[in-house]
Amino acid sequence: MIRLLQIEFIKLWNNRASRVLILSYFVLLTSIALVAAIKFDIGPIKFHLAEIGIFNFPYIWHFNTFVTAFFKLFLAIVIVSMMANEYSNKTIKQNLIDGLSKKEFILSKFLTVLSFALISTVFVFTVSLILGLIYSDYDELPIIFSDLEFVLAFFVKLVGFFSFCLFLGILVKRSAFALGFLILWQILEGITRGLIRWKLFDGDTTETIMGFFPLQSMFNLLKEPITRLEAVQTVADQVGEEISLNYQVHGYEILIVLGWTAIFIYLSYALLKKRDL
Amino acid sequence: MEKILTVNKLTKKFGYLTAVKDLSFSIEKGNVYGILGPNGSGKSTTLGIVLNVVNRTSGDFSWFDGNTSTHEALKKVGAIIERPNFYPYMTAVQNLKLVCKIKEVSEDKIEEKLELVGLLDRKNSKFRTYSLGMKQRLAIASALLNDPEILILDEPTNGLDPQGIHQIREIIKKIASEGTTILLASHLLDEVEKVCSHVVILRKGEKLYSGRVDGMLASYGFFELKFNDMDKLKSILEDNSSFGEIKIDNGLLTAFLKEEMNAEVLNRFLFEKGIVLSHLVKRKESLEEQFLTLTKSQTN
Repeated sequence: MIRLLQIEFIKLWNNRASRVLILSYFVLLTSIALVAAIKFDIGPIKFHLAEIGIFNFPYIWHFNTFVTAFFKLFLAIVIVSMMANEYSNKTIKQNLIDGLSKKEFILSKFLTVLSFALISTVFVFTVSLILGLIYSDYDELPIIFSDLEFVLAFFVKLVGFFSFCLFLGILVKRSAFALGFLILWQILEGITRGLIRWKLFDGDTTETIMGFFPLQSMFNLLKEPITRLEAVQTVADQVGEEISLNYQVHGYEILIVLGWTAIFIYLSYALLKKRDL
Repeated sequence: MEKILTVNKLTKKFGYLTAVKDLSFSIEKGNVYGILGPNGSGKSTTLGIVLNVVNRTSGDFSWFDGNTSTHEALKKVGAIIERPNFYPYMTAVQNLKLVCKIKEVSEDKIEEKLELVGLLDRKNSKFRTYSLGMKQRLAIASALLNDPEILILDEPTNGLDPQGIHQIREIIKKIASEGTTILLASHLLDEVEKVCSHVVILRKGEKLYSGRVDGMLASYGFFELKFNDMDKLKSILEDNSSFGEIKIDNGLLTAFLKEEMNAEVLNRFLFEKGIVLSHLVKRKESLEEQFLTLTKSQTN
């Protein structure tokens, strides 16, 4: 297993484009700390983001994982191209000839995906913990370490999404087209949602069905945290609007994403096995 | 003899096209094999199948008496297929380190193999800056990293300039002289003739011949003769039952033998008949001539 990771590490780290993207990704993850510095001070309006409660435990787990999950696109590019480049350089052929089995090949890619997700999760966890310790109004241990399921959901979400990218890389064999396909897929899910809502079911049922689609299920893992903010809710109360949203991470949502992960990895393997190179 | 590779009734179909048909042969340790055949005769497909990159339709093959899985066996094989495939953004040394990781061998042979193919001074240049000849030599270095039991080369001189071709051939000869088993696929007959002791000949995916190079045709060779009265020479030879076909071409008489005869015997025989030759050479058919005869006779 270590050997397979080392193999991928050599391939990725020596590629300047991948290296730059990976580094910028982690810099961006850290940069969420800069949000704390956002301060407006325009006469009577004083606004300090860090003070409206976004860094309060346990809310910070939800907020930070939600926001940083958008940066995953950087790694998506790296993953799609690390797969597609093996085809365009024909190095996949050479790897197999040199004695890597097809199973090992997929496994090495999947392990890389797992490592990316794991390192990102650890990173986000650490950054959030530090930010929270500095700015949070609550610092009792049980509160700090509550709601950690958001961190788990973040990990599962990344693994699922990266596995999808991996599969697209193998399926399409060209990085640019694979990324295009990813966007196309997002649009297709949108159209499907529209069609189901329009012709078949009411809003709630549509949402339930959409929850089984790959990208939507990954999105559902971390719901938007903005309306959960006390400040926002206070405002809503004042204007007589009642916000009742379901913020929880549900076990079945994690299972759906894990299911897709398994499907994508298996399909990648099946595709590689079936193809003549 | 220890068998390195056994191929048994291998068939590969690409849709309606049968690229390899019922092919069987075996490779024994210590010999240099050539796989010969025109373009599109199934050479590369066959190698692709035994190297785990092309799926077979039916039949089977086994490496090293079938004791190991294919990908484990491939760690003991060195192979280059068509174009050299490496990571263009990595240097020669980085690429070779990666191969070492895949093959699970130590990295201390890298310098030695780069030296062998004459790339030591360019070892820290990126692969994409290499010329085709250098890429091909790097591929050979990479294939040799594990000191393989067998070296498989598919068209190793394709697309190279004469100097490059010469360099690759020298390297192959050097490796062969060290006792490494080699399997060389090529459509260049003189290339195979120069280095191989055994051949497998393919045409349209079917095996025409496999065995020793000199046993390809039941042939005793032929004489090339010159004399100032060619017609007299011809009539004398036609009376001799040892000769079959006799033809005169460009002032050179070629007489094909039907049985074994050495040049000395013929020279004495003709001298006794009062013929003093100005030119006498005994030759065997070149591989090219044999190959053409073989493919022609199979067509008819």
